[in-house]
Amino acid sequence: MAYSEKVMDHFANPRNVGELADASGVGEVGNSKCGDIMRMYIKVDHDVITDVRFKTFGCGAAIATSSMATELIKGKTIQEALKLTNAAVMEALDGLPPVKVHCSVLAEQAIKAAVKDYYERQGIDPTPFVGEIKECDHDHGCGCESC
Amino acid sequence: MFMKRFVYADNAATTPVSKKVLDAMLPYYTEYYGNPSSLYSVGRDAKKPLELAREQVAKALGAFSNEVFFTSGGSEANNWAIKGVAHEMAKKGKKHIITSKFEHHAVLHTVEALKKEGFDVTYLEVYHNGLVKPEDVEAAIREDTALVTIMYANNEIGTIQPIPEIGAICKKHQVLFHTDAVQAVGNVPIDVKAQNIDLLSLSGHKLHAPKGVGALYIRRGVRMPNLIDGGAQERGRRAGTENVAGIVGLGVAITEACDTMEERNQRLTKMRDRLIEGASKIERSRLNGDKTHRLPGNFNMCFEGIEGESLLLKLDFAGICASSGSACTSGSLDPSHVLLAIGLPHEIAHGSLRISFSDQNTEEDVDYILEVLPDIVSYLRDMSPLWDEIIHGKA
Repeated sequence: MAYSEKVMDHFANPRNVGELADASGVGEVGNSKCGDIMRMYIKVDHDVITDVRFKTFGCGAAIATSSMATELIKGKTIQEALKLTNAAVMEALDGLPPVKVHCSVLAEQAIKAAVKDYYERQGIDPTPFVGEIKECDHDHGCGCESC
Repeated sequence: MFMKRFVYADNAATTPVSKKVLDAMLPYYTEYYGNPSSLYSVGRDAKKPLELAREQVAKALGAFSNEVFFTSGGSEANNWAIKGVAHEMAKKGKKHIITSKFEHHAVLHTVEALKKEGFDVTYLEVYHNGLVKPEDVEAAIREDTALVTIMYANNEIGTIQPIPEIGAICKKHQVLFHTDAVQAVGNVPIDVKAQNIDLLSLSGHKLHAPKGVGALYIRRGVRMPNLIDGGAQERGRRAGTENVAGIVGLGVAITEACDTMEERNQRLTKMRDRLIEGASKIERSRLNGDKTHRLPGNFNMCFEGIEGESLLLKLDFAGICASSGSACTSGSLDPSHVLLAIGLPHEIAHGSLRISFSDQNTEEDVDYILEVLPDIVSYLRDMSPLWDEIIHGKA
């Protein structure tokens, strides 16, 4: 198993690490039993994600996909951010080893979870926009309770 | 800022071939290249060192040289020993195998293959300290037990099993006893006769011999099928032209390891204990496996709130080669079966670090690891939502 240079770069120098004290939405996905948890903070102004931060417990790919995902949604509208797929995150990182694909799924879900929280804080039902958020992709046989 | 250095600290995975071993091996590639089975001089010249190496390995184990059979490594030796004995004993209706939950996969997967053939397997507990209890072995022995196979020392947490006690129990009940001693040979005094071991697997590349060579000790009188049918090599039991240079290397390496064991173990034990003591200052860390019944060069600890693979990558950036039992490094998605077997919860097992020293490591390596490790752990904890949760409770 080898990581691409981009994955290594985003792992070694992760972008947008940390928390946002005045976040408009915070979402967390994954669980400790599976070995990865991502928490995403977004600041929204007139539907635009003006700032984003993440905190991740996980492997190199989990940290790199979180970092890349924050870069891909920063400055974008919420609608654009919701369209971000795990495949796009992977592509931006020049690919991931097969056993790490679930990390990119987690990154996509983390954004959706943050947007969901944002809508809820606005008193808007997020379901029509965000859909169902999976805690992890649960195809990777991690043996967690949801598997 | 520290001065970066290169520290190879994954000797339980493999070791570099030592200069002494390499020098001994090289002539057998270009000068004494003959087939040991040939009559002419370059062939005869290759035969003698083969038998010398067999004597060297036998001496290291307290065995007779005709009880030593060279193989391609530890996995082959384990497969041969376990499947060989199982198939032989099955002829007498004995189809029960006793092993432990935290064996190397070369044993566990072999036993699982036999299970599919209809063998019954008992997996013994290893408890929180990573040790098998001899009384559990005794309690598990049945009329139809074909084999007990318990590793000498664990590859991840380095715990040294009560092998002489288990050997005595097996002898008392007349059950064959195999031990996977890949991690133990050269690090622990072994005497197959005094310790009542019937079969023992070992590997060259864990003790500065090359990869691709190992051996199986089979006590005289233990019947089992040949591994490879063909020529008369290894007394017809494991045919195929011998890996002469590799075998010569194994002989030199095992002799060197045993001759220097006492002095080296004293030095490595001191280094290991200082590393454990230093790393234990990191909050919410824990040592995995018994502190004293442990290989001199083995360190295995968990750091809560972080994941092992990212820890290894950061250590690698700092020039330190180590290993982890985290799911992400095992190629599967479950954390190490060894850490789960000693009762660690998944989330803690994900954050494990194994450091394994050999004679080539120094006190300066320990200093450097202790300088680098705490900062890396706190860097990863700073970005870990799990760490937030551990410290501040669930948000």
